[in-house]
Amino acid sequence: MRRLFPFLTEYRKECVLAPLFKMLEAIFELFVPLVMAAIIDTGIAKRDLPYIGRMCALLFFLAAVGLASAITAQYYAARAATGFATKLRHSLFEHIGKLSFYGIDTVGSSTLITRMTSDINQAQAGVNMTLRLFLRSPFIVFGAMIMAFQINVKEALIFAVTIPVLSVIVFGIMAVTMPMYRRVQSGLDGILNTTSENLEGVRVIRAFGREEDEARRFAGQNETLADLQRAVGRISGLMNPLTLLVVNAATIVLLYSGACQVDAAVITRGELVALVNYMSQILVELVKLANLIVTISKALACADRIADVLELRTEITDGDGVLPAEPAEGVPAVEFDHVSLRYAESGEEAISDITFRAMPGETIGIIGGTGSGKSSVVNLIPRFYDATEGAVRINGADVKDCRVEEIRDKTGVVPQKAVLFKGTIAENLRWGKSDATEKEMMEALKAAQAWEFVQEKPRKLNEPVSEGGKNLSGGQRQRLTIARALIGQPGILILDDSASALDFATDAKLRAAIGKLSWKTTVFIVSQRAASVMNADRIIVMDNGRIAGTGTHEELLGSNEIYTEIYSSQFETTESAGA
Amino acid sequence: MRKRNKVSDQKNRQTETVRRIIKRVAKYRFSIFFSLLSAAVTVAASLYIPVLTGRAVDEVTGPGKVDFAGLFRILTVMGITIGVMSLFQWVMNICNNRITFGVVKDIRKEAFEKLSILPLNYIDSHSHGDTVSRVIADVDQFADGLLMGFTQFFTSAMTIIGTLVFMLTINVWITLVVVLITPLSFFVAGFIVKRTYRMFRKQSEERGKQTALINEIVGNQKVVQAFSHQDEALEEFDRINQKLEKYSMDALFFSSLTNPSTRFVNAIVYAGVGVAGAMAAIGGLLSVGQLVSFLSYATQYTKPFNEISGVVSELQNAIACAARILELIDEEPQKPDDADAVRLSLAESGGEYRTGEVLFEHVSFSYVPEKPLIEDFNLDAKPGMRIAIVGPTGCGKTTLINLLMRFYDVNTGTIRVEGYDTQRVTRKSLRASFGMVLQETWLKNGTIRENIAMGKPDASDQEIIEAAKAAHADGFIRRLRDGYDTVITGDGGSLSQGQKQLLCISRIMLCLPPMLILDEATSSIDTRTEQRIQDAFTRMMKGRTSFIVAHRLSTIRNADRILVMKSGHIVEQGTHEELLRLKGFYAGLYNAQWSGT
Repeated sequence: MRRLFPFLTEYRKECVLAPLFKMLEAIFELFVPLVMAAIIDTGIAKRDLPYIGRMCALLFFLAAVGLASAITAQYYAARAATGFATKLRHSLFEHIGKLSFYGIDTVGSSTLITRMTSDINQAQAGVNMTLRLFLRSPFIVFGAMIMAFQINVKEALIFAVTIPVLSVIVFGIMAVTMPMYRRVQSGLDGILNTTSENLEGVRVIRAFGREEDEARRFAGQNETLADLQRAVGRISGLMNPLTLLVVNAATIVLLYSGACQVDAAVITRGELVALVNYMSQILVELVKLANLIVTISKALACADRIADVLELRTEITDGDGVLPAEPAEGVPAVEFDHVSLRYAESGEEAISDITFRAMPGETIGIIGGTGSGKSSVVNLIPRFYDATEGAVRINGADVKDCRVEEIRDKTGVVPQKAVLFKGTIAENLRWGKSDATEKEMMEALKAAQAWEFVQEKPRKLNEPVSEGGKNLSGGQRQRLTIARALIGQPGILILDDSASALDFATDAKLRAAIGKLSWKTTVFIVSQRAASVMNADRIIVMDNGRIAGTGTHEELLGSNEIYTEIYSSQFETTESAGA
Repeated sequence: MRKRNKVSDQKNRQTETVRRIIKRVAKYRFSIFFSLLSAAVTVAASLYIPVLTGRAVDEVTGPGKVDFAGLFRILTVMGITIGVMSLFQWVMNICNNRITFGVVKDIRKEAFEKLSILPLNYIDSHSHGDTVSRVIADVDQFADGLLMGFTQFFTSAMTIIGTLVFMLTINVWITLVVVLITPLSFFVAGFIVKRTYRMFRKQSEERGKQTALINEIVGNQKVVQAFSHQDEALEEFDRINQKLEKYSMDALFFSSLTNPSTRFVNAIVYAGVGVAGAMAAIGGLLSVGQLVSFLSYATQYTKPFNEISGVVSELQNAIACAARILELIDEEPQKPDDADAVRLSLAESGGEYRTGEVLFEHVSFSYVPEKPLIEDFNLDAKPGMRIAIVGPTGCGKTTLINLLMRFYDVNTGTIRVEGYDTQRVTRKSLRASFGMVLQETWLKNGTIRENIAMGKPDASDQEIIEAAKAAHADGFIRRLRDGYDTVITGDGGSLSQGQKQLLCISRIMLCLPPMLILDEATSSIDTRTEQRIQDAFTRMMKGRTSFIVAHRLSTIRNADRILVMKSGHIVEQGTHEELLRLKGFYAGLYNAQWSGT
């Protein structure tokens, strides 16, 4: 939680005022036993009815002022809590935007979503509760003790002994149970995952006849969780009885020694009653505190998990170099200089010693088998990942020396997975260029072979796109993502296996259109289809993370074993079809 | 089905639910009994303490007038009462603990076991998120709500009655003061609750909008970053975030007024008792000690009322949750295997191969009765044949696989494997004789190793690596963070679709089942690797029967027989060449796909 304190600094005022007003309320509450003592000692003893009336009016006044203070306190607490959550959500969202792809891979999108939603909500509840009650309770406890000292020092010593004992009980139980609650939470996450996994993978699980094993696994997790919950319950279940025991035992001692004091005329009877009342106020607060602990420990666990994400530093940082708009004469638009990439310390290299140059305006095809490292190569260009060894240069500048945003603005990427966002077609296109005109959109759509179907939509460019683009077919989605990348007229265009959902005819037309773009762009086409890359100026053949050959289609066919094999596996059919 | 009770009356259904809840909780009847007993003792003791305190105060009348012997007696009783109360409260907590977590565990187990025997039809047609929340969240809420609600209700009711009795024994008139002021607290609480309900609704609406945006943007963060769209996304997020802040603020603030307001009412009761009690004391109707007892009752009298009003809605919620869980538990399971069902021995022994013959005889099937899908389907797959199935989307290709694996059962007709009617074969042995790879790859949370070893958990490392090599997955696995021990989470994270398919194929390579079902299993794998995998299959499986659904012609053309399906029927069949010569539907499909190049 400490790590999230900076998010509360803006609400410093609220964070002080809320507990302050809460204490004000508590002070008024602490006066009540004194008033009652006065009623007993003066009002009843002297049979003074008007005095009793006045004291009751005072009681009413104390209650009213207490209510006003409480409302003020609740207001500030709510302000601080919601403000805190809002700021935290904002920062976390912003932070996620800065995470490296490596970070996103390791944490996982679904975890990030949980942190953004339920974890922050829990943290908000925690802040609210803490401000409202967590300070009030200790205050009443100590306030009651101070009041006791006002009445009689000797009696107050009973309080001075009782309170530390109670604190040991409350905080001791808290210290023991907090880590256990955390384990309960992760146990719950475990059975949740198993359940949803068994639903998603039902076919595979049944195909392998693993139902019983899965049921056994679930039963095991379930049992462990229940055991853990019972163990926590046994310990936290001690809290109420123990505090009750201590407070009441103290009350007995108080009554006895108080009686001696009254007998010796050191304190009055009313004061003894007040002392007993203070003791019971302590008890009420402690019970509240005990119930609060669960909420707060949950919130703390959530806060920790949020802070963990916030502390993830991105390894990809902005350099202070300038990315030249155009390469100097003879300088390649993209250059790989003995580049290797390792996703983690321990694993083998995903790509090793990649060296090639792409001149401005060239089209480079990258072909290779599944897992040969094709995507890893192009992912280095917009700095989705940074090379472990070697250098990637755009227009002569090392990408590590440039600003990430600048590089990404200059590159148009069509990812493997065709993702669109909720909104309209036009809004989705504007992702590539925020001020794109209708004409620009039309041109991009035409080049992407998407204009035809967009035109047929009843609302054309303003046709709504549902979440994830579910109202469009896979091929339509893919063509829109291509148009989205084209619209910014990027100097470097990366098509990462982005024609897989297109039929061969559309794919061919698309490639032809990309070859005739109105601006100069260096194109990278990553594909498994020989047909997609065969017309490229140069083809890089990848195999097991290394370059297995470079050249034009004609050069590679026949001389490069892998390329030839890929080609023939795809084209023999055509030939036999023609026969 | 146990749903004999078809009375649509909601009340009756609720009673039915409650009855069945009681049946499940009955196992813990001793714990429940002790819990209630302990609660009763605890409440009685805690109410008795103020009386004792009052009496003790009465012994202390003034300087020199303290009756120490009497005081000592009272304090001894008080000590015993406190000891008993603490002990029983502890027993009550332990019992409640046992009941709650025991019931949760039992019901979850029952629900999960039900999941594993539910027909695929249920799982396919119900939202997974909804089912998960039934097994997890609903069970939790049910247990918390019902059992805690129940005990709270019990103790609260006991407290109210007990307090009233104790107060009445002391003084009737002052009791009346308390009873008359109390309803004020309901009125205040009711007023606040009604207003906050609206605010909470607004808050959850806005929160829903925000969650949708988070899902979209955070879920697709890589694309967002690729287009440097973070700032715009943040702007939109902030807009919703600001609105949410406002609604949350309202909801939180107004709902938090309940406590101070009830405390205020309490204070009024306290003042009322104070004035009435003091006057009564002057009149000699009440001792000072009794006034002290009264005051401590007054502070706690309204509390159980507020708790009870909360309990009612909590109980209703618990019953609603229970109904949702029972609905799942009540679902009709798939028909169990016959007691004398045949076990296909090839699956059991693993050694002896049978022939791998598959026969469809006049099979009809539909998911919904109104829409017949497969009608009078016949197929004779000879041992060792490679059968490719092609056809437009929705023609029933995947349905055939559902039927072969008995994910769904045929409506009429028979499917025979090895000459046995599959309805008469144990599901487990039938499924074990097929190696199935689907287009929608599914990987479980766990290491790569565990995923490959799914069909053969006791496989050695050597075997696993061999299988991965055969599936051409070994290379990329070695390049992952921790090689074979790389943990896969979620939907496979950073693995590409093709890599996931290779992993799924590795699974099959490890078990080497006698028959194969490949439903677009290689759609994301490059053709060269695909061909090598095909070769590996042919080599390792010595030409077992296989069913292949595919779009790619390179995958299909070597099949021994191609079935061309259209709306649930086979319209053409033969080899690639034969079908082309036919110049029919297949030739049309084929030309459409290739005309572009």
